[in-house]
Amino acid sequence: MTQVKSHEPLLRIAKRDSIARPKAWAIRIVAVLLSLVVSGVFIFAVTKLNPIAVYEGIFDGAFGTPRRSWVTVRDAMMLLCIGVGLAPAFKMRFWNIGAEGQVLIGGIVTAGFMRAFGGDIPTPALLVIMAVVSLLAGAAWGMVPATFKAVWNTNETLFTLMMNYVAIQLTSYFVAAWENPVGSNTVGVINQQTRDGWFPALFGQEYGLNVLLVLLLTVGMFLYLKYSKQGYEISVVGDSENTARYAGINVKKVTIRTMAISGAICGLAGFIAVAGSSHTISTSTAGGRGFTAIIVAWLAQFNTFVMILISFLLVFLQKGAIQIASRYNLNDYASNIITGIILFFILGSEFFINYRIILRGGKEGGAK
Amino acid sequence: MKKFLALLLTLVMALSLVACGSSGEENTGDTTDDSTTEETGGGAADVKIGLICVHDINSGYDAAHIEGLTTACEELGITANADDPANSQVIFRYNIPEDETCYDAAVDLAEEGCNIIFSDSYGHQMYMQQAATDYPDVTFVACTGDLAANSGLDNYKNIFPYTYESRYVSGVVAGMKLKELMDAGTVTDPYVGYVGAFPYAEVVCGYTAFLLGIQSQVPEAHMDVQYTNSWYDPVAEGEAANALMARGCVIIGQHADSTGAPSAVQAQKDAGSVVYSVGYNIDMLSVAPTAALTSAQNNWSVLYRDTLEKFINGEEIPVDFAVGASEDAVMISKLGPECAEGTQEAVDAAWAGIKDGSLKVFDTSKFTCQPSTDGSYQVDADGHVTSAFGLDSDGDYVNDTGEAIVDGAFQESVLRSAPYFSLRIDGITELNNN
Repeated sequence: MTQVKSHEPLLRIAKRDSIARPKAWAIRIVAVLLSLVVSGVFIFAVTKLNPIAVYEGIFDGAFGTPRRSWVTVRDAMMLLCIGVGLAPAFKMRFWNIGAEGQVLIGGIVTAGFMRAFGGDIPTPALLVIMAVVSLLAGAAWGMVPATFKAVWNTNETLFTLMMNYVAIQLTSYFVAAWENPVGSNTVGVINQQTRDGWFPALFGQEYGLNVLLVLLLTVGMFLYLKYSKQGYEISVVGDSENTARYAGINVKKVTIRTMAISGAICGLAGFIAVAGSSHTISTSTAGGRGFTAIIVAWLAQFNTFVMILISFLLVFLQKGAIQIASRYNLNDYASNIITGIILFFILGSEFFINYRIILRGGKEGGAK
Repeated sequence: MKKFLALLLTLVMALSLVACGSSGEENTGDTTDDSTTEETGGGAADVKIGLICVHDINSGYDAAHIEGLTTACEELGITANADDPANSQVIFRYNIPEDETCYDAAVDLAEEGCNIIFSDSYGHQMYMQQAATDYPDVTFVACTGDLAANSGLDNYKNIFPYTYESRYVSGVVAGMKLKELMDAGTVTDPYVGYVGAFPYAEVVCGYTAFLLGIQSQVPEAHMDVQYTNSWYDPVAEGEAANALMARGCVIIGQHADSTGAPSAVQAQKDAGSVVYSVGYNIDMLSVAPTAALTSAQNNWSVLYRDTLEKFINGEEIPVDFAVGASEDAVMISKLGPECAEGTQEAVDAAWAGIKDGSLKVFDTSKFTCQPSTDGSYQVDADGHVTSAFGLDSDGDYVNDTGEAIVDGAFQESVLRSAPYFSLRIDGITELNNN
């Protein structure tokens, strides 16, 4: 009765040395499908609605009309832009939790210039100026914690996080200062009549320029990280600061420079949000996307092309959640639960990509 | 195990295939719908209505709008059922903040085929206006907004009830109670507190009317106002009420959308204090069974009904539409169990006076102001206001429209639907207006 095999546990977990790319993607796809099944069970248990009809609603919410598709694209681009901005910092193992603030700072200066110079400076020139100042503002906002980290070795996670609250308060301050109409507690739509400083339609699409800018950044960042000397320096500093020093890399310089780039792109995201989509500024201009983008960057393992996919998935789920909330009279929380379940499975699938499970009596089990 | 896994996977595949297939069909169906529905005034069966709410039904203010629109639709034979959106001619959008999200929501409703779209909060209006510019065939109505008249758009409207009338009458209820307490010697200082959302005209007009109602019973009554800087924040409203009660306020009024203040007052009353609450939007007796006296309420269904009726008949909707007690657009909720004797009679008398015009809420002989520092109003030697700006929408201290003081009373919601009374009268202290 007692044999050698009984000493072997039912399950064993072993780290995978490497995994073929198709297999990794197969695991991810299975995870998404399983998450849909689990969400379906949840939907049915809570609402007695047909889960398939609810999924239909999700799709309808994201792509139901051409306009909705464009809103989905616009928001995905926004998330992608911030994710692209975070990529170099995270690759350097610099935990930039401050994208939210960097976006807002970029947004504030954009809105300020739009209000002040709309009509005085022709829109194309104004757009260039706003882009430059938002880049600078974001870079400055990112360089503050980087400099402190480089010089005094402060904790960048806390520092960048706290900078968010400073930016949020600054935003509230400017919202109060620029309130329009007085008493509405919102800046309103800036230059509503004249549309000065707004993104022009590109290829007949209101959000065409948003897409173009963000995709350029995405390709640019991919090339920068993968093929440039600076990109190589970033990954060396990220893997081991000591190695970097030994190799003659100026770690301080790389830290500050990388965070300047990271902050600048997030600042530009603020510019795109204000000039290219909302035409107003409020604390919801960033709207938590600075944090969601962290998930985007991590899930994509800093590969900016994979980020496109992840951003779309997240925005798709969010838009769908809003739609099913209104169509089936569920409240927003029900739809957030569905999003949560799906994210949980996607994140969980990374475990199965990095580790394999060996069952008792399996091929490998005996071989040992 | 393997078998089970295989089975599961097959199941998943099958399910997902079905999901993909049907959603594709749905998509094409929707896009063809859109082009056919954007016409105005095609009878009750063709009307499709959108309502953008700043919160959901848990907020008393939004609940009043949802109920108001639903009632109006019933009266007009329009199917409105929030619980069954598939068969409803009304699409509700909840929790839409006062930012660009409102524009997206409004445009999305227009694309879904709505031909008239309402928004319920003041801060929505700029985004509604932008949507109105982009969709000239769809009518946009910003409830409580004040920009339509100057927008130059003929598909953009504002509506607002004469809320100040119900505020005044709820003040009469509070005044009766205060008088009873003072006659009995329980209370010596007629000190009233008010939890306000923002220092806007809408709130100022409301609490001034409330105090004037109290003063119709207890002329020496005075009031402190504590702002929460939010329309809906149960915790902050409760804290503001507690702060006011700690200062000695006996009655707590409110212009904020949650039950935070009445709940706090009830707790304080249960602890032995003599305090009462006057609510807003909804009957507060469920959360403050003994402390609640009444609530000032808007009957939005009247405004929605009249607006929709005109819309369906293809008539022109007025740019600014406001009505009050004479059309039953405002009211107060059921009187609480501890209201003073004779309250109902006093309430009836006040309503009658308001309806026949003999009682003017903002009668200039009933209140005084300190001399103006910016020239927006004039007072005589006694402090009574003799003239005041109606509208000064751009803040340049030049009167944009007519004189607001006519026949010895401030004409509220006449020059435009949204309130513009923002005189600070003697007897009211704003504790935190920054």
